Amino acid sequence: MIRFDEVSKRYPGGKEALIRVSFELDAGEMVFLTGHSGAGKSTMMKLIILMERPSQGQVFLEGTNLNRVSRRQVPWVRRSVGVVFQNHQLLFDRTVFDNVALPLAIAGFKHREIGRRVRAALSKVGLSDKEKQFPVTLSGGEQQRVGIARAVVNKPPVLLADEPTGNLDPELSKEIMDLFHQFNQVGVTVMIATHDLGLVSRMKRRELKLDHGRLEESAP
Amino acid sequence: MTKMVARSKSSGATVAVTGIRGRTSSWAAHHRRVAVESLSSLLATWLNSLMTWLVIGIALALPIILYLMLVNVGEISGDWDGKPRISLYLVHEASETDARDLARRLLDRPDIESTSFISAHNALAEFRAMSGFGDVLSTLNRNPLPAVIEIKPSMTDVGQLRLQVTSLAGLDLVDTVVFDLEWIERLFAILQFGERLVAAIGFVLALGVLLIIGNTIRLAIENRRSEIEIVKLVGGTDSFVRRPFLYLGFWYGLGGALVAWILVQGSLLFLSAPVETLAQSYRDDFTLSGPGILDSLIILGAGAGLGILGALVAVSRHLKEIEPE
Repeated sequence: MIRFDEVSKRYPGGKEALIRVSFELDAGEMVFLTGHSGAGKSTMMKLIILMERPSQGQVFLEGTNLNRVSRRQVPWVRRSVGVVFQNHQLLFDRTVFDNVALPLAIAGFKHREIGRRVRAALSKVGLSDKEKQFPVTLSGGEQQRVGIARAVVNKPPVLLADEPTGNLDPELSKEIMDLFHQFNQVGVTVMIATHDLGLVSRMKRRELKLDHGRLEESAP
Repeated sequence: MTKMVARSKSSGATVAVTGIRGRTSSWAAHHRRVAVESLSSLLATWLNSLMTWLVIGIALALPIILYLMLVNVGEISGDWDGKPRISLYLVHEASETDARDLARRLLDRPDIESTSFISAHNALAEFRAMSGFGDVLSTLNRNPLPAVIEIKPSMTDVGQLRLQVTSLAGLDLVDTVVFDLEWIERLFAILQFGERLVAAIGFVLALGVLLIIGNTIRLAIENRRSEIEIVKLVGGTDSFVRRPFLYLGFWYGLGGALVAWILVQGSLLFLSAPVETLAQSYRDDFTLSGPGILDSLIILGAGAGLGILGALVAVSRHLKEIEPE
């Protein structure tokens, strides 16, 4: 589903974010991406949704070589990957409903279909009663769950999460992780970047460990 | 890439809408929504929007008013259908029968459209009535005015008119030929200059409107930077991101054109009474003509078009710079 082939990323200024990283993720897998901050976790995710391009090597998503994807085609790649961002990336002047509906509106779904899917996604993350509220009125955990609902609302085959439990207490973190687990159960490929090592060891999943841009893999 | 899209569709992962009709109707629905949303966002901050509309309106109204003035002046001078008049002053010895005969014969010439004969007697009567020198005239023992044949030539070309004047001056009964050629040439030159001036002013002000709208849209883009980033992150295409701003430009342009139209109608109303009084001293049936329905539609369409164009310029310059980080 996702394959990195000798991928290096050097940022302007000379910082080596990733050094010759290779790994492969099968469809329906769930992995954790760990490492100290600045180890290259975010860079890896950015390469998958084409926010960055590799300096060397190739990234494959569903068999497509992302190096061959032109700027105009980037939106279609992003539509097949749901992303949960650490800072949520919500629209604060729109309701919860409109935030979650955004990917569907972009993809050109019909009005009625949008309503149906948004409500399903919100009920999945337990926010059915908040659809008319604005994100500012929600707690950090609730905002994170809005972000998750938006990431899964158009049923992408791949779900990426960048520090989804970063600012949450352990109980909320567990709830969020359970959600990702549920999505994985229905066949979604899930990749979660985190430095919450306790959580990782409890979940007993494959772990990709980054250290200063180099990948050290460890089995569960 | 088509490969990928096709596959992800068949896997059911990112199937958008099935069927072309469904896609078109949801596309149209989205356009409607964006159009309404952008208009209501303008109306929500109506004071700011009104300022922009007024600026655009004034910039558009100025060349329109100048153009209408030109059209109206053209209409006054169109009194002689753009064709000048030639007056033949006959010699005093010419009898009235000879003179009428000459007027009739001139009518046969192809370069003359119509003639009208004013006898010395009628000329005197008219002069007496118009000038107020009636008392002085009655002291004269003989009519000082000659008979006149007024000719409406059938062409407007200045060179041909000069030839015609020369040939008419050679006629036996004709004393002098009066033909105010220079005045006509000057009027044509002034009208031509006016047209150019209006075109130039119109061009410069249209450019100004383009810049005003472009700048306003640039600010709107800047204000919604984070929204644009998020839309791009979740797979929004360039045209999806662009759409609300193009509609914003459309509403700015259309609103500005509406303001311009109101300004034009207002100033016509304001000017019509004195202008018509003035013009009617020359002609009875003159009324100041404003923009008709077609002209009004053209004004609104041009405004909306300028709005979209200005937005396109701004969007193509600034949207690419905004990428999620």
